[in-house]
This record gives sequence, C-alpha cells and structure tokens, in this order.
Amino acid sequence: MRRTLVAGLAVAALALTACTTDTPSEQAPGGDGAEQEQTADGEWFVRANYEHQLAQRDMKPEGPADQPWLQAIEPKMADTTQFKQDGKTLCFSNASVSNPWRVTGWITMQQQVNVLKQSGDIGEFRVSDAADDDNQQISDIQAFVDAGDCNAIIISPSTTATLTPAVEAACASGVPVIVFDRGVNTDCMATFIHPIGGYAYGADAAEFLVDKLEPGSKVLALRILPGVDVLEHRWAAAQEIFGASDLELLGDEFTGGDGAQIKDIVTQYLQRGDVDGIWMDAGDGAVAAVEAFEDAGKDYPVMAGEDELSFMRKWKDTGMTAIAPVYSNFQWRTPILAAVQIWKGEQVPEEWVLPQSPITDKDRDDYLERNADMPSLHYAKFGGEDLPGFPEAWKDR
Amino acid sequence: MTATATRTAGARAVAGRLFGGGSATVFALLALVFVAILFLNPSFFEPPSLMAFAKKAAPLVILAVGQYLVIVCGELDLSVGSLVGAQVVIAAALIDGEESRTVPVLLVMLAFGVLVGLVNGLVVTVLKVHSLIATLGMMLVLYGAIRLWTGGAPTGALSDGFRQVGREGIDMPVLRQLPWALPVAVVVVVAGVALMRKPFGRTLITTGDNERAAAFAGVRVWRVRTVAFVLSSVLATLAGVLIGGYAGVTAQVGEGLEFTAITAVVLGGVVLGGGRGTVLAAMAGALTVEALFTLFNQLSLPSTVRPTVQGVIIIAAVAWAARERRRPFLPPQS
Repeated sequence: MRRTLVAGLAVAALALTACTTDTPSEQAPGGDGAEQEQTADGEWFVRANYEHQLAQRDMKPEGPADQPWLQAIEPKMADTTQFKQDGKTLCFSNASVSNPWRVTGWITMQQQVNVLKQSGDIGEFRVSDAADDDNQQISDIQAFVDAGDCNAIIISPSTTATLTPAVEAACASGVPVIVFDRGVNTDCMATFIHPIGGYAYGADAAEFLVDKLEPGSKVLALRILPGVDVLEHRWAAAQEIFGASDLELLGDEFTGGDGAQIKDIVTQYLQRGDVDGIWMDAGDGAVAAVEAFEDAGKDYPVMAGEDELSFMRKWKDTGMTAIAPVYSNFQWRTPILAAVQIWKGEQVPEEWVLPQSPITDKDRDDYLERNADMPSLHYAKFGGEDLPGFPEAWKDR
Repeated sequence: MTATATRTAGARAVAGRLFGGGSATVFALLALVFVAILFLNPSFFEPPSLMAFAKKAAPLVILAVGQYLVIVCGELDLSVGSLVGAQVVIAAALIDGEESRTVPVLLVMLAFGVLVGLVNGLVVTVLKVHSLIATLGMMLVLYGAIRLWTGGAPTGALSDGFRQVGREGIDMPVLRQLPWALPVAVVVVVAGVALMRKPFGRTLITTGDNERAAAFAGVRVWRVRTVAFVLSSVLATLAGVLIGGYAGVTAQVGEGLEFTAITAVVLGGVVLGGGRGTVLAAMAGALTVEALFTLFNQLSLPSTVRPTVQGVIIIAAVAWAARERRRPFLPPQS
C-alpha cells in the first residue's frame, strides 16, 4: 500500500514539476538574436510575411471604395480566358458553419448567390459542408470533381496542409478553383481570396494596447485554441509587438471561445492583481471578459475585441477604451463574384487581398447604427447592406 | 512503548480514513489542492474570491449531483452538456431580451428538460438501448437540432432577470456578495442527500448494485431509472440557467460539460456501473475538478499541458480509491 502511495505522489509531483519548469522556458526568447524566431512560437512567425502584412494595412486598395469586397490590395491580375465558358453551375465546399463569424458570412454568400441567380449569371449553386472534418472535406471536393458538371469550385479549406492535395486535384480537373479565407500550400487555383491576414489583425489589437496603456501596465491575452494558422499569426504578431513594448504580459490562456471559461479565467487573474488590458485573438466571448471586471468591481480594461456586435454594443454602453479588429467578413461575397468574372473571361487578381481595417471609436457608432436590427452574434463588417435580402436574412437566422 | 504503538495505530486509523479507499480520497485530494492554492496565492481564501469560486463551481456541482443519480443506478448520461447548451440557446432565442418573458421561458425550459430526461429514460429502460448509446444519441440530436434551428450560431439575448441567478447575488459585508448560485447549489446537494436517504434513494443504489436482485425484491427498475434520468435532465436545466446567467450566450456554451461532470462523479469515488458512492462525494469531486482548474491557473501552467496533467491526476486518484476494492480477498494478517 505504501508503495502505491509513493508511486502516486511521484507521478503527481513529476507532473507538477514538469509543468512548472515549462513556464519560464515558454516565456524565454526562442533563439539568441535569431532573426526569424524572436517569439516563443517561432514556428508560426515568418518575419517577411509579418512585415508585408503590416505594410499592406497602409496601402490604398484598388477598386470601388463603397464595395470593399471588390477591392484588392497590390493586385497582380491573372488572365482567365482559358476558363471562359457558358456553364453556370457553381459548387462550394465549405469547411463548416461552426462559429458565428462563418454563419454570418455564409448568409451573405447565399444572398449574393440569389442576386446572381436572378440575373441569370448562376444556374445552380451546390454546397457541401464538411463540419470541420478534413476527411469529409477531401471527399466533398472529390465528389464535385467526380460529378464533372461543376463549372467552378469554391473552397473554404478547413486546414492548410491536409487540404492541399484535394485542392490540387480539383485544379487538375480543369475547372477554375477559387480558395478563400484560410489558405493552402499551392498556387494552382485561379484566385486565392483573403483579407490582409492574421498578423495584421493581431498587430492592430496589440498596437492599440501599447498605444493606450501606460508603460508597465499588465496585459492578459485570451486565445481560442492553438494550432490554427490564422489564429497563431494573430498571436505571433502580438508577441512581437508586446515584446518590444514596456507592457507586462501576465499570461496567455486558451478559452475555446467559451464565455464561462473566459469569465472564470479573467476573474482569477483579477483575484491575483490588476489587469489593465485584454488582448483577444478573436472576439467570441469578449463580453464575458468585460463582465468579469464588472462583477469584480474593477475598472474596465483597455480592450481589443472584434467587430462582433455583442462586444461593440457593450463597448458603447460602458464607454470603455477599446478597439474592434476586423477579419473582414465581407470576403464571403467575393468568391461568388470572382467566379462569375472568371466565367466571363475577365481578369482577376492572382492573390486577391481584401482590405482589412479595425473599427475604432470614430466609426463605431456608425457601424452600430447600420447594424441596429442585427442579432448580437452578427459581425459589423459583413458587407451585405446593399443585397435585397437585407436585413431580414441576417436578422432571422 | 505500548503508548507509542497505540498512538501510531490511532494515527494510522485516522490516516486510513482520510486517505483510504472510496470516497475519502476525493476529500483528501480536495484538501491537497486547496493547500497548494493557499501556498501559491493566499488571497484566494479571501471571502470575495471564495465566493467567486463558489459562483463558478455551482453549475458543475449541480450537474455532478444529477450525473450521480444516473451513475449510481448503473447508467450514464452523456446528454447533459448538449442539454445545457440547448437550454441556454433556447432561452436566448425565446427571451430575446424581453424581461417579461423570463418566467414563461423558464417554464418552457423546465418542460423541455423533463421531456429530454423522459425520452432518455424510456429509451434506456423500455427500448433497452444501452444508456451510453441512448444518451450519446440524445447529445448529437440536441447538438444538431440546435444548430439546425439557429443556423449554426445562437441568436437573441437573455434578459437581466434571467441572468440574475447565475451572475448576481446578495450584497453583504465581508463576503462583498453572496452569489445566488451558492444557495442554489447547497439546496440541490441537501435535497440530493435527503433523497438518497429516502426509500427511493436506497432503491436507486440497489438497482445499480444488482438489477436482478432489485427486480426480484419488487423494485420497478424501469421506473426508478427513468426518474433518475429525468432528475439529471432537470438538474442540467438548472445548471444551464446558472451558466447562461454567469457568462451569457456563446456558441460554445455547454461543450464538453458531460465529461467534466462524469469526471467529477468518478473522482468522487462513485463507481461507474452503479451501486456505490454518495452525493457528498460527487459534490466534492466537482469542487476538486474546479479547484484543479484554479490551481492550474495559479501555477500559470501552459494551457496545452493542462488536460494531460488533469488526466494523470484523475487516473491516479481513481486508481488509488479503487485499490481497496481490488483486494478484499486478502486475509487480514495479524
């Protein structure tokens, strides 16, 4: 019996010490003066891309100013005459609609399709939803290819590396392939549509905190989950900027985007001391973080949330100092419009970089007013106000 | 010499009771975790912090009591996490921020909870589907139905009145605020303990211990188990009200709670398969799980290794608790 006790304690002790020793190494810089890896998660940090994205934020996009979903930054136009055709069947392999951001975009996309169906540009719109399952999406794409009657295939990949061969197979079938949101490791598609990117998002949020907080202030980072490139890039950019600032990073926590967990974690940090700023890699549950401060009777932090309306409304109600970084939701319209352009043989950008700019206290009220009837889990920059289904389609989801 | 011997024997008896098999392990572990937290951060034991902990832990305690009732009669309920999520989403969609709808919607939720429990119970007892499958099915049905209904993400908003119980409390000196969630959880635990002392509770344990013997003794097994499932679903509904109140609506609410609840119950020394364990131990299990989360946070453990450490601790604790049961055939040596 004693032996079991000792063994049990040893296991526990081992587990505990192993983890405590992990912490400092986690916070220590990855390499001595290595240029590529100055953040702990060097794996996700490519300095050239980071700097490029930061620069793209200040570039003036080309295209109609009132239709940001048709604008492009530094476009390199590609010839698409090889895809010119009269076919009108559009196929879409969706990774999932498993979060409010994707739901909002998906509604916008369907509304855009309706418009083009009425104008006769699109005949049939076929959709498969992989529910965040890579294998499912690979077979979804294969099914489109095998059916052989898709005139264009739009793909919103669920993960980067795993989906690459499936996208390549779709390209090989000869139909134009359009990839948007998350990327894949190939350039075989007719166009790859995405907003500026994760580095820019994370930097917008981190720079705001550095700008608004006194040196020495304490910042807590809340992240959804590890291992997703768009989220890791946001965090890598933030680490880069916090590392060069005088802010103290209290910690970074994974929350799964669950309000209860967020509130619990923030409450615990508040029990141990003040938290002056909150950085989030996505705004899901941002309101729960704000409520933790209210319930603990503390002053509001300087906060980086997202353009999700629940957060923006809370921001206005409380008058707190905040910013809403944006991962442009209107990008869901672009692939549909791009497909029709490609069918007509018009040129489209090879890499279609859509504008991506945060909502600040200057344009916050404007966006809130435009979205006044929208539910709280709607995204302010959804870009569908001019579609005929507005506002009912987004309101009654 | 004899005095020392007696004293060591006495100490051993105390230690044996404290660290012995079954439910005692969880209380020892809970104490251990609290001591560890105390060393790391004494301010955790200031009354306001403890109240915040109580507020956070209350839903899991309630879920654990519900799960206990099902487990002790020999079944499992995997549907509670989905049910919590479904209830919060239903509440948000139906209330839509209107204060006046709070009470009617609460009644709708209660009815829905009873319905889900009834279906679970009858599928298990009448259709003879194993509860693992039946409630796994219910979990998926609820998850899918809610996504179908809301188009993937919840809509609407909870009213302030609805959120009162999970978020607010009674303002008072020293504690700063006594969260409503605490008395609610206490009432549930006390009611659970009382229920288990009543004939129904005894029947529940007997059913879990030996279904056939119970049936021969005149227990209507199907009815007892169905009632347990209904109670579990109703308690999950109550937990949903607290969780929705605590943090509002997010798309992920309730996710994974069924396993946290089962973990809590098993950690409390309640035996899967039924027949053993107490409500208090299940409650202690829930508190331990929550305290472990707090401890991990205090240790600033990287989030990525937390599930691993949690898993190791759970296996170690359950193995420790089970060793008494492993060797009842060893004759006592004297």
